Amino acid sequence: MAQPSFRAVGDHALLVEFGDKVSKETNQAVHRLDRGLAAHPFNGFIESVPAFVNILIDFDPLQTDHKSVEASVIELLTDSSNNETATTVREVLVCYESVENSDLEEVARLTGLSTEAVINAHLAGDYSVYMYGFAPGYAYMASVPEEIRLPRKKSAIRGIAAGSVLIAGPQCLVTTITMPTGWWIIGKSPTLILTGDDDDPFLFDVGDPVNFRRIGLDDYHTIKTGAQ
Amino acid sequence: MTDVSLSVTHAGPLVTIQDSGRRGLARFGVPRSGPMDRNAFDIANLAIGNSSKATVIEVSAGGLTLDCKSGEASFAVYGGGFNVSVGSQKFSSCRVSRIEAGQKLVIQPGPSGNWTYLAFAGNIVAKQWLGSAATHSMSGFGGGSVHSGSTIEVRGADIRDSREGEIPLLVSERPPGEIDAVLGPQDRFFAEESIDNLKTGSFNLTNAFDRMGVRLSGPALIPSAKLDMPSEPIVRGSIQVAGDGVATVLLSDHQTAGGYPKIATVVSDDIDRLVQLRPQDKLAFNVITAEDALKRIRARHNVRVKYIEAVAKGHGSLPFRLLNENLISGVVGEP
Repeated sequence: MAQPSFRAVGDHALLVEFGDKVSKETNQAVHRLDRGLAAHPFNGFIESVPAFVNILIDFDPLQTDHKSVEASVIELLTDSSNNETATTVREVLVCYESVENSDLEEVARLTGLSTEAVINAHLAGDYSVYMYGFAPGYAYMASVPEEIRLPRKKSAIRGIAAGSVLIAGPQCLVTTITMPTGWWIIGKSPTLILTGDDDDPFLFDVGDPVNFRRIGLDDYHTIKTGAQ
Repeated sequence: MTDVSLSVTHAGPLVTIQDSGRRGLARFGVPRSGPMDRNAFDIANLAIGNSSKATVIEVSAGGLTLDCKSGEASFAVYGGGFNVSVGSQKFSSCRVSRIEAGQKLVIQPGPSGNWTYLAFAGNIVAKQWLGSAATHSMSGFGGGSVHSGSTIEVRGADIRDSREGEIPLLVSERPPGEIDAVLGPQDRFFAEESIDNLKTGSFNLTNAFDRMGVRLSGPALIPSAKLDMPSEPIVRGSIQVAGDGVATVLLSDHQTAGGYPKIATVVSDDIDRLVQLRPQDKLAFNVITAEDALKRIRARHNVRVKYIEAVAKGHGSLPFRLLNENLISGVVGEP
């Protein structure tokens, strides 16, 4: 991997960029640096925020500065002991029946597939969490298989329920709060990404592989009721 | 010590429970939240003798009216220029006073500012989320909005005589609408003309102003290329430009990532000044290098530390008297 570029963000952060196109390799470089920072935080380190192709490093500007942080990052990148990956495979249950505002049939029409083929394609994706963003627990997962990739809709639909399973382009997402979305709604999930457990409040760490498992409507209701 | 119960008889929009916020969770899509004006929040808490992380009520220009049903407590109001009355006493923020059962506390917008902080001598009972009572406005998680008909409970409240009185103001010698900013991280996506517009143009705040951000009006800042930028992390103070060339400054409850380019970033301690500007107020960016931004915030921090130490010690203490007599500067100048 080539040397990343470094960009100052205001007085208190540095953006370390490994590329400008989303790819698994670039994202893994981001996650490697993220783990390196967690294991060896520099003096004045506050937090790191990994994204698709870059990572934001927030620091205390009273204790350090952009140049020193850049030097610490370069040191971390040259230390090959930060190369190991430690991730956990996570399972997300998904029900494709009786979904409010479902776009499943529209996705089938636009891709020329049957709804069952759309579902199977979705389940067959090789997913991992690339980043969290937008709202609490919004984990952007890739990759959705080519045959069901669609650009997002022209306009957003309001009031989409928490737990909706959405796709757009190569990305997949399970919503955690009610909000508008321009993505395609294909299912609903009873799996809580905001776990409600203060010691372990989020289901995924960035980098975790994710498997979707199909459940029927009865199971969906049973699990939803049990979770309350 | 006693418990205080206050009934909310009026609360404008965007009146919320806040503490210093939740740090370190941006990686999970959770912004820090917490006060819009962190400096005013700190001063309100320290003036009443609380820890600087204590839970307060952030009062917007929509105002707040509380009826004290039981108990008594000292409280501080600091931030902006709000009009406050308690019982028959009238004053402007920023002051430490007291309220007792049967009295009404009214906080209304005054000559300036959008946000003021109401801190009680005691602990405001508030719902926590991920270790903080700060309200995240998009989800409502945390302490939540304060609305008419709800009740505010303060536990372990007391009267702190020695703290009552005016709180000397911490003021900046710079014009209020002058805001320091550092170019980037995506200034390279903008033509020179747009960068010049940012540096020399006059902007106004608009009514599209909430805890997530404030939209500006002013000269166009047009991204030079059609952008297909992967979503990336955002900080409080990011000046984000949508395809229409309109800039939005992202604030306490900003989304943690987004795909619009950020032409510049407001220097962190100037965000406290920016959020107190009102819709239609003028704003001009003073674009400086990252190195200069560091020098400036460090110099301002040193002034603020002396001021805050004096305020935290309270009336009667030597530093506070010196502050009141202008022997310690409450004026934040430039290095």
